Amino acid sequence: MGEQLLQLLFTGLTLGSIYSIIALTLVTTFNVTGILNLAQGEFVVIGALLAVSLQGTGMPIIAVFIVSVILVAILGGLLERLTIYRARGASNLSMLIITIGLSISLRGLALLIWGTETYSLPAFSEGGSKIVGGAALNPQSIWIFALVAVTLTGLYGFLGHTFWGKAVKASVYNQTGARLQGINLNTISFLAFVAAGGLGAAAGVSIAPITMVTYDMGFMLGVKGFVAAAIGGLSNVGGAVIGGILLGILESFSSGLISSGLKDAISMIILLGVLLFRPEGIIGAIRERKI
Amino acid sequence: MNERHGYKMKLKNHRGFILLLLLLIIPLVAESNYLYSTLVIIGLYAIIVQGLGILMGYAGQVSFGHAAFFGLGGYTAAILTTRFHWPTLLALFASAILPGIIAGLIGRQTLKLRELYLALATLSFGILVHIFFNEGGELTGGPSGMSGIPNLSIGSFEFDSDQKFYMLVWLVLLMLLIGIYNLVHSRTGRALCSIRESEYAAENAGIDCARLKLQAFVFSALLAGLAGGLYAFYVTFISPSPFSFHTSVQFVLMAVIGGLGTFWGPVIGAVVVVALNELLREIVPLLIPGAGGEYQIIIYGVILVGLMIFQPKGLSGIGQYFRIPLKKQLKTDVKIRG
Repeated sequence: MGEQLLQLLFTGLTLGSIYSIIALTLVTTFNVTGILNLAQGEFVVIGALLAVSLQGTGMPIIAVFIVSVILVAILGGLLERLTIYRARGASNLSMLIITIGLSISLRGLALLIWGTETYSLPAFSEGGSKIVGGAALNPQSIWIFALVAVTLTGLYGFLGHTFWGKAVKASVYNQTGARLQGINLNTISFLAFVAAGGLGAAAGVSIAPITMVTYDMGFMLGVKGFVAAAIGGLSNVGGAVIGGILLGILESFSSGLISSGLKDAISMIILLGVLLFRPEGIIGAIRERKI
Repeated sequence: MNERHGYKMKLKNHRGFILLLLLLIIPLVAESNYLYSTLVIIGLYAIIVQGLGILMGYAGQVSFGHAAFFGLGGYTAAILTTRFHWPTLLALFASAILPGIIAGLIGRQTLKLRELYLALATLSFGILVHIFFNEGGELTGGPSGMSGIPNLSIGSFEFDSDQKFYMLVWLVLLMLLIGIYNLVHSRTGRALCSIRESEYAAENAGIDCARLKLQAFVFSALLAGLAGGLYAFYVTFISPSPFSFHTSVQFVLMAVIGGLGTFWGPVIGAVVVVALNELLREIVPLLIPGAGGEYQIIIYGVILVGLMIFQPKGLSGIGQYFRIPLKKQLKTDVKIRG
């Protein structure tokens, strides 16, 4: 029994790390631009599918990872310039519908290029699972934990020690104040979408060896990201990361111990519960720091 | 000035009602089942979007979960007639009432949320209900759904053909349009608009915003449920797939594309979105030989994005560029924005 619980914990932590990264990009774009990006899940899927194609050409997996992150980052920036930038000043609802439209188009594009097949990627490193405390730990999970650690360290370094990072931070705290200081919010919005694309792709390429990829899994991934972000209060990067990991563990335990069909229902119930009874997020303690 | 404006509006809408009557007569001459079935679907969607239009366009509250009410109505009708052998008309009433009750139960708490948070909450409600349809086992028939729903009958008259069903649906829509015309020109309609513009101002004017928002929500759920019930009796088969999140998105699109807060918007939106889907299915393979549904999805998304960028107020707004002089247009601009 103890081993089984530990096994479920490992699965949950792995899945939760991916949700964390998605939630983190959602929270960042939301705070900088006021847009809930429903196309975020599509970035994840396109990143993973691109990696599958690149891997087919015989590139080493590290190069595959880097190239698909860069390509999807470019895609994110491009889409921001083509749509969000052009519609700046539109109502929140219009923006939401624009991201829904983007997500529909990207899903169609993925279907066009990759079809309905299920793809898989080889793990980043060779070798079988390690046995930790009687439960098997997939080496890919360790890569994913490392990705989260690197992302968080990188993000804190960027926000705390670079000019652009401080500009992003300032626009999250107070948009009007940031603009008065001469920060161009359009550039910040562009940066946020580039980062959202890149990080989304990184998450997608990392999870692909474990879960397999199909063109249509983006929507649910995006929604899970929202649940994680909502647990953290939608305006809190740290909260989003913790929210993602909590969600992953909860899902893993509920599908392992109760029923896998209800896995998605549980995250929806959590989202509704949080929104209705604690709209400031469960992790309210670290709320005063937005980023 | 006001009097004249009011008169003009009425005249315009009379013209519209004549158009609707024409729509009722046309099929008596035409004989195409494809046309009828498309028109039935448009009519059902228009009924739902009318309700959603009151909620979004007048009361200013977003819902990304109306496919759930649509589905709940459909499943209510299906379960009551096949499992419990209720008379069809009674089941149709129940299919409107039950989603209304559910909306009433969840509405008060949910509608406290604003904008994007409300969008997320209704979205997750919709997904939750969709999961329930899929995982409901015996009760809902699971992913394969349930068949054998009888035809709708009133007394001994049975709605057993596309044509009869078409007449029924558009008659319901016509009555609904008249009712909604009266509603939005009443004190309640103006109160709803004031909530959309500013809840604080509306509260200060003595309007019970929470109650009114809830009423609009329940009303829209009733209509979606009614349309769901009609849908179940029309296709006599029900499965979870037509009630997914994507249907909810389509309803919001119809409301927005038609123009929020406009009288004809919902009907225009329903016609345009259904026609667009059908047209893309027909035209895309002609333009790009061998193209499958993928292109259709991509183009659909692109049109959506383009519309939001270039015509965010919906298609009803286009006419203003041609007909109304600038001075008046500025005025309507102020009125529509919200």
